[in-house]
Parts: sequence; structure tokens; C-alpha cells
Amino acid sequence: MISFSPSEEQALIVDTLKRFAKDRLRSIFREADENGELPADLLNKGWELGLVGSSIPEQYGGFGEFSAVTGALALEELAWGDLASALALSAPASFAFAVLAAGTEAQREALLPQFSEERFVNATSALIEPRLQFNPRKLQTTATSDGDGYVLNGVKSYVPLASSAEHFLIYAAEDGQTQAFIVPAKTAGLSVGEREKLMGVRALEVARVTLDNVKVAADAKLGGEAGIDFGRLYARSQVALSALAIGVARGAYEYALDYARNRQTFGEAIGQRQSIAFMLAEMLVEIDGARLMVWEAAWKLDNNQEVTRDALMTKHNADKTVLMVCDRALQILGGHGYIREFPVELWLRNARGFTTFDGLAMV
Amino acid sequence: MAIDFKLSESIDTQRQMTQMVAEQMMRPVSRHFDEHEHDIPWDYINAMWPIMRQNPMFGVVDKPETAVDPNKPKKPKTGNVRMVHLIEALSWGDAGIYLTTPGGALGGAAVAAAGTSEQKSRFLARFADSETPVWGSMAMTEPQAGSDTSAIRTTAVRDGDSWILNGEKIYCTGGRLSLEESQGLVVVWATVDPKLGRAGMKAFVVEAGTPGMEVTKLEHKMGIRASDTAAVVFTDCRIPFDNVLGNPEIPKPEAPAASADAPKGFKGAMKTFDATRPAVAASALGIARAALELLREQLTAAGVAIRDDVPVHEMSAVERDLLELEAQHKAAWLLTLKAAWMMDSGEANTVEASACKVKAGEAATVITQKAVELLGPLGYTRELLAEKWMRDAKINDIFEGTGQINRLIIARRILGFSSRELK
Ligand SMILES: Cc1cc2nc3c(=O)[nH]c(=O)nc-3n(C[C@H](O)[C@H](O)[C@H](O)COP(=O)(O)OP(=O)(O)OC[C@H]3O[C@@H](n4cnc5c(N)ncnc54)[C@H](O)[C@@H]3O)c2cc1C
Ligand SMILES: Cc1cc2nc3c(=O)[nH]c(=O)nc-3n(C[C@H](O)[C@H](O)[C@H](O)COP(=O)(O)OP(=O)(O)OC[C@H]3O[C@@H](n4cnc5c(N)ncnc54)[C@H](O)[C@@H]3O)c2cc1C
Repeated sequence: MISFSPSEEQALIVDTLKRFAKDRLRSIFREADENGELPADLLNKGWELGLVGSSIPEQYGGFGEFSAVTGALALEELAWGDLASALALSAPASFAFAVLAAGTEAQREALLPQFSEERFVNATSALIEPRLQFNPRKLQTTATSDGDGYVLNGVKSYVPLASSAEHFLIYAAEDGQTQAFIVPAKTAGLSVGEREKLMGVRALEVARVTLDNVKVAADAKLGGEAGIDFGRLYARSQVALSALAIGVARGAYEYALDYARNRQTFGEAIGQRQSIAFMLAEMLVEIDGARLMVWEAAWKLDNNQEVTRDALMTKHNADKTVLMVCDRALQILGGHGYIREFPVELWLRNARGFTTFDGLAMV
Repeated sequence: MAIDFKLSESIDTQRQMTQMVAEQMMRPVSRHFDEHEHDIPWDYINAMWPIMRQNPMFGVVDKPETAVDPNKPKKPKTGNVRMVHLIEALSWGDAGIYLTTPGGALGGAAVAAAGTSEQKSRFLARFADSETPVWGSMAMTEPQAGSDTSAIRTTAVRDGDSWILNGEKIYCTGGRLSLEESQGLVVVWATVDPKLGRAGMKAFVVEAGTPGMEVTKLEHKMGIRASDTAAVVFTDCRIPFDNVLGNPEIPKPEAPAASADAPKGFKGAMKTFDATRPAVAASALGIARAALELLREQLTAAGVAIRDDVPVHEMSAVERDLLELEAQHKAAWLLTLKAAWMMDSGEANTVEASACKVKAGEAATVITQKAVELLGPLGYTRELLAEKWMRDAKINDIFEGTGQINRLIIARRILGFSSRELK
């Protein structure tokens, strides 16, 4: 029956993450952006909250249930705190959840238990390629069958935590179809390039990964011989990224709202002028609408319903919303919005990335 | 509870039946009632009356309290979620004809929101008991008072056991159906003391046939032409004293009125809007869905690809437009559903009710206008219904609070400013 209230368990998770986001992420995000790196213990602290383990069922060593709705709720809170941190914490999840959703039984049993252990597991995914008109369904990275295994060739970019990752999930085209391959970091032919310098999420380490005749065994292919339904997996990542976008947008909206209440010009708070007040009202409407689209798409994923168009629509709408909201938030702060002492310019830089971000997170 | 988008079977069944009514009873006559303004769609009305008597959409009479078993979990209410689904489906058929659906409509909703239990049974019984269709309506707007409802000038003066009403109301939806075509009623907003502003505003129920009340004009409109929009004039119109909804006390500036058993005056009107704005949003989105479906159908027939599996930057302009229109539609619908669900759950939903109205009013306007554009020479002809839907859709951004007024309501709430601080 129609309901918009999270379950008790979900409310508890949201609550915990809200506190983590407020206490931890909001206290480090500016310095992390300026320094270009996250504090050393941050990922372990985040990991302690059971971010991945709580979504892995008991049979694979986890202590929870795999739910896209719960995942979306969690990601919104993390991104509200800081997008770079949220994406770093999402990297292992993008690997683990892909294995959980699309792996063979053997792959799940072999790979998943480690994600419920105490130590942060450095795993990541590589989907994006460095070119204009990137299309995840027409990858230039190739996988060619080679008797008893596959050979991978190509260049990936925007790979989070690449330099320290132990496991990569490499997306590559096999006969024109996007498939995913589990590749340990030490595999010959896989090399991590220099760190990429981005406009936003500067605290997140991303790098190019080059695959030069990388040989993997047949069982490295996610989902076994049959492979994966990439569209389904991709929808999971679109919904996850949309949830992150909502978190960023909500943070900027709340900040601008508070500012508009207090900042005085011409003897009145700027929020008393319709040109400011109406922007804020529209920001609220768009954020709420975009969030409900995320929830519905996530719910469809959890209920095994067709979701391709919903996910596409949800992501496109979330991308537009987060950019609109952050741009307006900056505008509402006036000159102060442009100054790095205030957080809004950072959020606008982060927001701009969403149309480029692909496959970086998963629910 | 958990986040859940599954519609209950009973609402889903009703929705499907309503969709059939829309397809079979509304669509075939849609153009006729657009081109013959002020004709009344009696076939539809007579078919709907037995159903609406059993299951009113607005202004549900409180059931007498039966013994409540504290051990039994309370069944969650679903009336508003149901309502938005049915209105959406009927408006997919024809938004103008939907507005002629017999029942209490805005008048019934106002009585339900602001009336005492005695008044609810006295006024709302007809919407279940009458053998022939009955309508209710609501008259707030006056020539000089639209968005600014505090500027109304219609007066109510007490005279012993009566009130005497004088003034002119305009744009009253269903005024003719409720006052001339049935033994219905109109809820009239008037002031008992213009000096008191909003505090002096009260709602009065005037029943059909009351001397001194006259329907003087039916407007000619751009769209929703099947629905009558009436001017109603009151000249020394005498009504019983206890036809004032809620608390009859006239507030004195120094002593705020004692609490009555129902919300009163202006606040009563505002409470009505919490339920009726999602209803207007739902109507807007029914029209928008009709336009989107036609657009998809025509594009597909013309061989235009509509793909889900390419990045947005590889789409044609038309494909991308369609994706964005569908996204607007979905966001607006989910906001509407949430506002209705909150109402059912007893949660304060003023912001959400305005939010869905803002989004749906705008989405329906943009979607239908864009449909006319993308359908090219087909879109602009009166052979298809797209151009009509565009004319019909626009009203939803105007009545029950314009887009601007609903933005104001949201902004005041989120910023914590009063109506004096944020005008
Ligand atoms: C990089 C940079 C360089 C600058 N260089 C100079 C310089 O060389 N010399 C100099 O003197 N200044 C300079 N400025 C300051 C700049 O001119 C101000 O930042 C600008 O005028 C806005 O003022 P504010 O930042 O105080 O915003 P506010 O005035 O506080 O405005 C905040 C928001 O409210 C809106 N707002 C304000 N009043 C109203 C109203 N009545 N109705 C509707 N909306 C309203 C504004 O449009 C804005 O969106 C510079 C600023 C920056 C960022
Ligand atoms: C077909 C139809 C059916 C109707 N049915 C009913 C009915 O059943 N009962 C009833 O009582 N009324 C009804 N109305 C009236 C409707 O509610 C009003 O038309 C509406 O509230 C707007 O009022 P107005 O037309 O006087 O416009 P105005 O209030 O004059 O507004 C003109 C413009 O100014 C904007 N505006 C006004 N104030 C502000 C502000 N403070 N800030 C920013 N912008 C502002 C408005 O948004 C609008 O764009 C109906 C109207 C129509 C057209």
C-alpha cells in the first residue's frame, strides 16, 4: 500500500548517517577539498557504520538486507555531508553490490564476505572512458574471448581510489555488449595512471586505468558465461547517483534558506523578496519531486520491476535539479557565495559533475 | 510501514473502472462539450450519480463513532490517495466534464473541513440521499478579490435568527449545477466586519432556491468549457443563523474567540485547500498524461525512435523533450500522491499541497503546450484533442491558488515569514 514513511530500520540507518554526515563529513569537507585528499581515518570511520556489510545478506557473511530504497536513503545523507567522501565510500559498494546483484553464486561466495569485515576493503569500479560522447552501452574498452579466458584492452577514467584499489570491476564491450570483469589490482597489463584533476570532488582520488592485454580467467566475467544484464546494473548506478545528487542539493538548499532568512539588504531580509523567496520555494519543490522519483525507481528495483526508463528519467532530472539548486543557492549568497570561505561554490562545483558521473555508485 | 509505491488492490480496481468510464463516456463526447459551451453532459452525470452517492470524492460525512477496539490496529485511511487516482483518470477523459461530476465538490469539502458535526449531517446528507444528482460549489472570488481573499466585500449581517448576505461572487465553478440544476448548495465567503480583515471572514451555506440569490452570468472560457463558471449575486439574501460554518462568534480584537468544535473562518478555508490542491494537481496530471500518451503514440506511428538505452546526449531533440516532459509529469504526480497520503495519515501537508499544485500546474501547462508543438500540423488542428488539452490544462495553474500564490505559501512556511513579512 502506498506509503512514504521509511521503515523503523531505515529510519535508524538514516539517523546514524545524518549524525556521521553532520559531525564528521561537515567538519572536514572544505579542508579536504583544499588539500585534495580525505583525512586518513575517514574511510575507516565510515566503514565502521557498516555501509556495505549492512546491505549484504547473512549467507554471504553480511548482516543485513540488500535494498535499493535503503541504499538511496543512505546515499542522500552521505552526500549531504560531503560528496567526495560519499563517492569514496561508494567505491567498494559499487563493486560489492554489482557482484551481489549480478554475480554467480561462486563469485558472491568468494568476494562478498570480506566486505563485512572491519577493515575498509579497497575495491572500485571502472566504467567511464575519457572521450566526448561517452556511451556506457558502447564501450571502447574491449574484452575478447581467448580460449580459457578473456583479454581486456582499453583506457578507463574517473576510477575512484584507483591507486590503492585491490579489486577492480572493469566494464568492457564483448561483441558490442557491455560486460563486467573482476580484475585484481596486481594483474599484469593493468596500470593506474596519474591522478585526474577535476573541477569538483577534489578530495576524491580518481585516476585513469589502462588495460593493455590484460588476461583474466573465464570465471572473472561477472555473471559467468551468460554475463550480466548491463541495463539493470546501470539502472542501479543511475539511481544511486541520483540519490547522491539529492543529498548535495538538499545541503545547498538548506544553507541558502538559512542565509536568506538572516541576510538583510535595504532594511529587510532578502528572503522577504519574492525573487529570492520564489527561488527557494521552487528549489524545495524540485528537490522533493526528484527525491520521490529516486525512491520510486529504487522501489521498482527492489520489486524486480522494469526500470530502464524510470532510471534514465530519474538521473536526468536529478542532474538538472542539483545544478539548478546549487546555482541558485550561490546566487542567493551573492558575492559571498563565490568566496571559498562559504561552502556553496564547492557544492556548485560538485553538482556540475553529475552529468559526467557514471557507474561511480550503486544501490 | 515502509516506503511503498504499490497501490492497494481496491483503489487500483476503482482506478481501472474510472479509466474505462473516461474512455467510454467522456472521450467520445469531449469535443462536443468543448464546442457547445453551456450544454450539460447529462448522460455522464446520470451515469455517475449512483456511484458518487455511494463513494463521494469530497466532503465525506463522518461515520458515527462505533466502539473502538484498542487492540485492533487502526485501518489506515486512504480516501485522499483514492481521490487523486480517480480524479486523474477522469481528467484524462475530459477535465471539463470531470468538473461536472455530481457531488459536494469544493462546497462539500468546505463543509467537511469547517462545519460542525450537526452541519455536516444537515448539509452533506443530500449528496448521498438524493435520487437525482446534486452539486455543491464554493464562492470566494469577487471582481476585486481573487488571490487576495482578504479583500472580499460580500457582507453578512446578523438579523435575529438570520444572516443577510449582500454582494457579488464571480467564477463560481458549478454554480449553475448546484443552484439551478439541483437542490444543491454553495458555500459563500463573506465578511461580518470588513474592518477585521481575515478575522472577520466566515463561510455561509446557502441552499438552492433561497430567495435573494441569483445566478446572473455564465462565463465563456478558453477551456474546461463543459464546466459552468457562474456569477452569483446576493441581494438581501436571508439564511438561517446556524448556516455559518464553524464558530458563529464575531471575534473582538481584544478577546480572541473561544475554541469551537471545528476550525473556523479563514483557517477553515485554508484547511480545505490542503485537500483540494492535490485534487487540482491530479486533474492537471490526468490531462498531461493524455497529452503524453497521444504524443508517444503519434511519434511512434511516424517512426520517431524513443529510446531508453542511449545517453541523453545521443538523443534527438524530440526524444529528449519527451524524456523531460515525462520526468516533469512523474515528479509532479509523486508529489501529488505524497500530499494526498500525508492528508490520509493526518500529517500537516500545507507545504506539500502547495508544492504539488505548483509542480503539476506548471508541468501540465508545459506538457500540453509542448505536445501541440511536437505534434506539428496535427497538434494545432481541432481534429485531435491536443489543442483542447492545452486549453484545459492552463486553469490548473490559476484556480485554487495561482502558481505564484502557492509559491508564496511554500516560501512563507519554509522561511518562517508571516504574510505581512512576505507579501
Ligand atoms: C570576486 C568579487 C570581486 C568583487 N569586486 C568588488 C570591487 O572591486 N569593488 C566593490 O565595491 N565590490 C566588489 N565585489 C562585491 C560585489 O559587488 C557584491 O558581492 C555584490 O554587489 C553583491 O553584494 P553582496 O555580496 O553583499 O550580496 P547581497 O547584497 O547580500 O545579496 C544577496 C542576494 O540577495 C539578492 N538581493 C539583494 N537585495 C535584493 C532586493 N532588494 N531584491 C531582490 N534581491 C535582492 C542579491 O541579488 C543576491 O542574490 C566583489 C565581489 C566578488 C565576489
Ligand atoms: C474557470 C475558473 C473557475 C474558478 N472557480 C472558482 C470557484 O469555484 N470558486 C472561487 O471562489 N473562485 C474560483 N475561481 C477564481 C480563481 O480562484 C481566481 O481566478 C484565482 O484565485 C486568481 O485570482 P484573480 O483571477 O483575481 O487574479 P489576481 O489575484 O488578480 O492575480 C493576477 C496575477 O497576479 C499574481 N499575483 C497576485 N497576487 C500576488 C502576490 N502577492 N505575489 C505575486 N503574484 C501575485 C497572480 O498569481 C496572477 O498571476 C475560478 C476561476 C476560473 C478562471
